[in-house]
Amino acid sequence: MIRFMLMVNRQGQTRLSRYYQPVELSRRAQLEADVVRCCLSRRKDQCSFVDYKDFKLVYRQYAALYVVVGVTDNENELSVYELLHNFVEVLDKYFSRVSELDIMFNLDRVHIILDEMIQNGHVVETNKSRVLAPLTALDKMADG
Amino acid sequence: MSDVVEKTLTALPSLLSLDSHSGSTKLSSSSKLGNLIRGITELTSKHEEEKLIQRELASIKEQVSSPNTSMRQMKELMVRAIYCEMLGYEASFSYIHAIKLAQQGTALEKRVGYLAVSLFLNESHELLLLLVNTVLKDLQSTNLIEVCMALTVVSQMFPKDMIPAILPLVEEKLTHPKEIIRRKAVLALYKFYLIAPNQVQHIHNKFRKALCDKDPGVMTASLHIYLQMIQENPEGYKDLTASFVTILKQVVAGKLPMDFNYHSVPAPWLQIQLLRILAFLGKNDQSSSEIMYDILEESLRRAEINHNITYAILYECVKCIYTIHPKSELLEKAAKCIGNFVLSTKINLKYLGLKALTYVVQQDPKLALQHQVTIIECLDHPDLIIKRETLELLFRITNAQNVAVIVEKMLEFLRGNKDDYTTIDLVGKVAELAEKYAPNNEWFIETMSTVFSVGGDTMQPDIPNSFLKLLSEGFDSVEEDRKLKLFAVDSYVSLLQGEPGKLPQRFLQVISWVLGEYSYLRGELDAATVLRLLAKLLDTKSTSSETKSWVLMAMTKVCEGGVGVSVAQEVCETYSSSLDTALRQRAQELQHLSQDRDLRAKVLPREAGSEPLEVDSSLSFLDGFVSEALAAGAAPYKPHHQRQEELAQAKALSMEPYGLPISMSSCSIADRQSPTLLSVSSGLSGDSPSLSQKGGSTTPKLDGVKRVWGRQGYLVQTEPVEESDLVEVTGPLQSPNQQAGADGPPSQTPTLKPTPQPEQEKQQLASSLFVGLGSQSSLCLMGKPEATTQRFRRKAKGPVLSSSTGEQISNSSVSASSMANNLLCNDLLDSNITSETAAPSLEQTPQLSRDLPAANGACAVESTDRDVKENSASLIGDNRLVAADPAPRGDRGKLKDFSAHLPAEFSGLCHSDISPLASNQSLDVSACHVQKEDSLVLVVFMYNSSDDAIPHILLELRSDELEVSCEGDSPVEEARSRSVAVCQYSLTVKKPSVHVEVAGTVSYQLPVGTSQSVQFSYKLPLTSFIRPLTVSTEEYGTMWLDFSHDTKQKLTPICLGQEPLMDTLNVLKKKLKLHVVEIIGMEGIVACRVLRDQPCLMHCRLHAGALSVWLRSPVPDLPDCLMYHCQRALQEH
Repeated sequence: MIRFMLMVNRQGQTRLSRYYQPVELSRRAQLEADVVRCCLSRRKDQCSFVDYKDFKLVYRQYAALYVVVGVTDNENELSVYELLHNFVEVLDKYFSRVSELDIMFNLDRVHIILDEMIQNGHVVETNKSRVLAPLTALDKMADG
Repeated sequence: MSDVVEKTLTALPSLLSLDSHSGSTKLSSSSKLGNLIRGITELTSKHEEEKLIQRELASIKEQVSSPNTSMRQMKELMVRAIYCEMLGYEASFSYIHAIKLAQQGTALEKRVGYLAVSLFLNESHELLLLLVNTVLKDLQSTNLIEVCMALTVVSQMFPKDMIPAILPLVEEKLTHPKEIIRRKAVLALYKFYLIAPNQVQHIHNKFRKALCDKDPGVMTASLHIYLQMIQENPEGYKDLTASFVTILKQVVAGKLPMDFNYHSVPAPWLQIQLLRILAFLGKNDQSSSEIMYDILEESLRRAEINHNITYAILYECVKCIYTIHPKSELLEKAAKCIGNFVLSTKINLKYLGLKALTYVVQQDPKLALQHQVTIIECLDHPDLIIKRETLELLFRITNAQNVAVIVEKMLEFLRGNKDDYTTIDLVGKVAELAEKYAPNNEWFIETMSTVFSVGGDTMQPDIPNSFLKLLSEGFDSVEEDRKLKLFAVDSYVSLLQGEPGKLPQRFLQVISWVLGEYSYLRGELDAATVLRLLAKLLDTKSTSSETKSWVLMAMTKVCEGGVGVSVAQEVCETYSSSLDTALRQRAQELQHLSQDRDLRAKVLPREAGSEPLEVDSSLSFLDGFVSEALAAGAAPYKPHHQRQEELAQAKALSMEPYGLPISMSSCSIADRQSPTLLSVSSGLSGDSPSLSQKGGSTTPKLDGVKRVWGRQGYLVQTEPVEESDLVEVTGPLQSPNQQAGADGPPSQTPTLKPTPQPEQEKQQLASSLFVGLGSQSSLCLMGKPEATTQRFRRKAKGPVLSSSTGEQISNSSVSASSMANNLLCNDLLDSNITSETAAPSLEQTPQLSRDLPAANGACAVESTDRDVKENSASLIGDNRLVAADPAPRGDRGKLKDFSAHLPAEFSGLCHSDISPLASNQSLDVSACHVQKEDSLVLVVFMYNSSDDAIPHILLELRSDELEVSCEGDSPVEEARSRSVAVCQYSLTVKKPSVHVEVAGTVSYQLPVGTSQSVQFSYKLPLTSFIRPLTVSTEEYGTMWLDFSHDTKQKLTPICLGQEPLMDTLNVLKKKLKLHVVEIIGMEGIVACRVLRDQPCLMHCRLHAGALSVWLRSPVPDLPDCLMYHCQRALQEH
């Protein structure tokens, strides 16, 4: 299962974090810093999966932004790796060409999208139009 | 697509300076959120960040509580608060406002309110209760979006206790016309299932409806529930196998709408989910597996598109194929598929290939042979994770022949490794392999030395413990034993002569213990030399006081002769005034014992470890002392764990009033691990007859030595899995060829062309790594587990092992596979029982010797209904107890069906099988026991097979452990010709024992005049007498304090899903009929009584993957017996 999902930039600043297993607030910063260090130190030709403590990290880099998830050992890393891409594609579809600033200025919306895709550490929806449906409905209500 | 994304993201740096971008236009750059974000992007140091966020938090705090804040502003405030928490700064003041926003906001505002709640609060937060009303209202809303939001938050987090309040509303949504509502309702039910499975038990048929929903999304959502349920209980859902197969068929054939595709692969994550479900259903089930073969083959074939996601599906497919009942064609294809992965140039695929291979070699070690070259390349791969995964793979294929090479590779990795978690894990594996396959003494000691130096003080404490236990208990050959100890002594002396300051503390402790116990074996080694080496350790600054304690203990054992005593005296002077009480104690001991040679020989006898040791775990010899002290007004003793728990759990479940204030020093003594325990175990053995007698109670003690060493850790856990899986291997095997490894496997050699030097090295490595693999699998098929190659086999102690193996050999019908199972069981039992039966073998009570074969017999039967079968097995096995020869029974074919004669009042109750006990020419005696709510009734059936009526039958029952009382009018019955007389007896426990037995005599007079008698015995487990004891938590608390007999042990919990504690307790509840009083967090309290009124309380706590179980009762021996049954129940599960 998925333990957490992070979006961090190359400077190590967290842009999005979602935990699916309770982690105390005070320990998150340390964990996130460790995770970023782990991923940043790796070259492009290295494996996209890293051991971290008793679980694994799966990460993908988009320009200066890293999307990282922590998964338990029984998870299929490659499917999670593709899930990350699906998530970014969904963001791309919604924001029409997503950028780090979009994510920062629309943190709430990104979270709403993520909530549609992953719940309790499991993939619950991957169909792009269905993922976006609730959010677009909300946007329409706000406009109309 | 990914290129597009990457391009847009590359353009980012330039965007940071432009505020006119689409994302930011919605918020004016002067808005508060805009300011915050701008502030965050411009941060350059942690210090600045802290200043900025503190300022921000202050401003949010001020605004949220202002009455003039609109919901729109509130939403923005919440997003800002989320930002602050994301950066690690607590904004707890805003939690209540998040709930308010969810309650009062509309549309997006409301959603952000819910979002903030789900981000801020954890599932046990008390504020969550305030959300219930809002959720309730929104679920009833006519606005679908609001219903949607409520369902979303419910499926993320909801207070367990409030589920009944909203369950009907959620259920109702299952039939909603909109798919999204139905889908979210299913996900909400999934959440309920995860946190409180019993709450949704009644709606299982609705899950089935969801599975058949016309919308694929709803069906997909229901699979989450099914995966969970099937994982817990595959037997219950076999009928759905065909449905899952059909669904997968349709998905693979592209029958879903196009928008479910991901990069033109139809619903890949759905496929993966289905494959996982199928794997659980097909495991160990041929008929279910056969339904799947077609679609699995289809899946393998369809996955041609060269894309990561198809490989992810393939991986799951391969795993499934190797999990279910094997089919050779499929296995071949799957193996080829793994080959493609492993050989791939894409590193992610290579990793996945190795992971698949690691999984697969457990079933089929030969597969590793095919990829040996690749595996060796991966061993030197620059990417650590690939290396690590390869070592994992090698660990699985280790055998006696390749152990040295593989361990060397692992140690090599360890030396360069910096990560603590990896070190702990790998060190444990090396220790396990070393103990299992060590080729010789030197290698073993040296490898363990490396393990201790590399593992340092982070490694699991059971590694040194287990090592020392192995040394002290020794194994079959006395000579080998001696050699091993000698080699250890030599090797440690030379280590101490080097630079001992660099060695980890744990290692120093091991060294001092070994030198203390065995240095005398090396005759030419002067005791004084050893003492000086040890004394040097005491002077080393880095030596911890715990280690010093071990060193002093060792010195006490060694000191001898003039020089020795003088060294000892010097040391004593220094430490007898130490501030550390434990050290002071040791120094005192050293001083006294070094001067009194006779006393020392008595207290610390040599070679003590090789004798069975008896620990009087209840310390009954102190009873007099204790009662005197109590009479003098001392407070009752509380065990260490109790004190610790009281300290640790002030906030959790408090079952007892506060204990005595505990001084730090007493804590530290008790906390210290082992010199005391070790010296007890070596010191008390053998020559303290008074202890042996007192401790030698009739029931096997499950605690005692084993608990001290905590040994069962890895051997028991990992081995059974491997071996039981290996049994599944099918397909033609290459002829077992021990030589195969030495010159490379025959099948492989032709493909390896003559190669230059480095290649040759690799081949050499290959041949040493993969040696013995081909033959290993055949060995296992023949039902000979690896035990035969294990060097350090624990010495068989007492008559236990031999009697059980004897029994198996004599049983000619034992098939190869069940033989393997038996050995497996024996291994498990062995580890428990050998340590239990520490009582001198000759003094074994008859009770014990009868118990054990029965336990082993049950293993062979492997039935689900253990209680009953166990009985019959033991009765047949024990036919020396049955007076009459059981053979005629079968000949006459008159095994009567007595169930018709079961008294009517028992018809609805659960009763055991009616087992024949004894018979002679005229009378057949059978019996069964009936479980009534408040009693246990033994029903004895006597069938008169003769042609004459038997007027008076007198049945007498007696038992050491049970109170027998007649339920009927009189024990005298009459049996007419060819009819059955029935007697009932109510049984209650007088003296608890793991198994209890009733012996009986039937005496009667035939009309002809001769008086006859038939004897029989009936055995039943203590579990038949257990009944739930319903008490409240408060009552439990008071009872707990009153009970004096207790035992504590660590058991392995059952892990089915999210809540191992709940699962374990449920199993115990089901199997042993315990009453679960309360579960709070990681702890649970359970109560039961043994008929008639002997209560026993259980407290369990889940910690670090183990379940510490603590039993208390006013009845002696009851906690131990119950612990035995708990352990059995969990092992069987």
